[in-house]
Amino acid sequence: MQAELWQSIGLTIRLATLTTLALLLIGLPLAHWLNTCRWRGLAFIEALITLPIVLPPTVIGFYLLVTFAPQNPIGAFWQDLTGHTLAFSFGGLVVGSVIYSLPFAVQPFQAALKAIPSSLIEAARISGANWWQIFWHVTLPLARRGIGVGIILSFAHTVGEFGVVLMLGGAIPGVTKVASIFLYDEVQKLNYSNAHFIAIILMILSFFLILIMGLLQRKNSEE
Amino acid sequence: MRASIFLFLLAAIGPLHATRIVSIAAASDLVYCLEELNAAFEKAHPGIELKTSTGASGNFFAQIKNGAPFDIFLSADVSYPRELIKAGLAVEDSLTNYAIGHLVVWTALKDVDVSEGLSSLTSATIDKVAIANPEHAPYGRAAKAALEKARLWTALKDKIVFGENIAQTAQFIQTGNAGAGIVALSLVLSPKLHGVGRWVEVPENAYPRLDQAAVLTNRGSANPDAARYLNFLRSPEARKVFDRYGFRLPEQSAP
Repeated sequence: MQAELWQSIGLTIRLATLTTLALLLIGLPLAHWLNTCRWRGLAFIEALITLPIVLPPTVIGFYLLVTFAPQNPIGAFWQDLTGHTLAFSFGGLVVGSVIYSLPFAVQPFQAALKAIPSSLIEAARISGANWWQIFWHVTLPLARRGIGVGIILSFAHTVGEFGVVLMLGGAIPGVTKVASIFLYDEVQKLNYSNAHFIAIILMILSFFLILIMGLLQRKNSEE
Repeated sequence: MRASIFLFLLAAIGPLHATRIVSIAAASDLVYCLEELNAAFEKAHPGIELKTSTGASGNFFAQIKNGAPFDIFLSADVSYPRELIKAGLAVEDSLTNYAIGHLVVWTALKDVDVSEGLSSLTSATIDKVAIANPEHAPYGRAAKAALEKARLWTALKDKIVFGENIAQTAQFIQTGNAGAGIVALSLVLSPKLHGVGRWVEVPENAYPRLDQAAVLTNRGSANPDAARYLNFLRSPEARKVFDRYGFRLPEQSAP
């Protein structure tokens, strides 16, 4: 039982790490695009991305379950590609988590990028820097705290995921049985000692994540 | 305007006159069957309102142990109600064997063949096999026992996904996310799932009998309408409904 407990925590950390990496890769360009694009329909896109903040996780879980089904073109495509269904797989949880935590990455990224004076970017461009050099030597150092906030929020929010995983996961030990689901199962089995143990770990982990985020934000405003 | 706000608040607070309410915690295999049973009961007893929650029996067991306000617990097994009695949280002589559950192998996918029953689950056309969580759902426990007895558990282990309760298990299969699985006969016989895919019954001797028992909680013992409901479950009218949902009748005697 103890092995399964640590396995579930390991799985949560792995899911949160992969989701955060994916959100970094998707979120930064997306935030940049949202900041610079002058298209009229942008408000709709922004609303769509922000939606998971207020949407019940069961709505996301339900739609993903229907989308992932092999009768559905997307589900069928995935099954042809990988040989297994997206539901009940770790990959499926990553997809669900990315959607679920998207606003928690994109919004801080947007704020961080917006705060960079455009004169600095312009100066770098005039000096002959290409876009990668500008990103690496100007944007990233200046936006690092805001990006850090986005990373921590995405990670913490994914650790806190429950509803989407419950609807999509199938509670497979080592694959989809993350810490929050493990805790739920232990409570139902009246294994309160295990439940307490995992609950306190999640509490401490989340607390320190939020603490670090607060410190980052404070430093940012001091500068 | 002011009047409508007042009316809204009044509605939010709830009815002013006390209504007679029986709150029921029921195993998920009863989700459709109870709709019919409760409609019949409420028709025969106007003035009594039934509030039903469905979920995994183990979940309700844990909730009632922690003071959940249910009058009646309809479990998918007998051990949870017995445990409640042992813990002094339910009335001993109210224990009623109301049904015997049955397992079926079920698929909703056209290209999946389950005609061989349990052994067809090993087929490569089935990617995932859904069963209820054996840790807190009696139907999951029975499904696992059946697979173990048929010596299929080890072979299927990596394909198995767990529904939180038997209704979620059915939903995994119905959406096709799980190619096949083991659910309650009462679910595939329900009007909602009738004619969806194909199912084969698992032979009764393949798993420990799923005796399902109901019990009056301590809270329910103070509610005469709860006892009325329990009596109704024993009536020929209720029996007819149970029968239609494939719950073969238990013997007349108490367990």
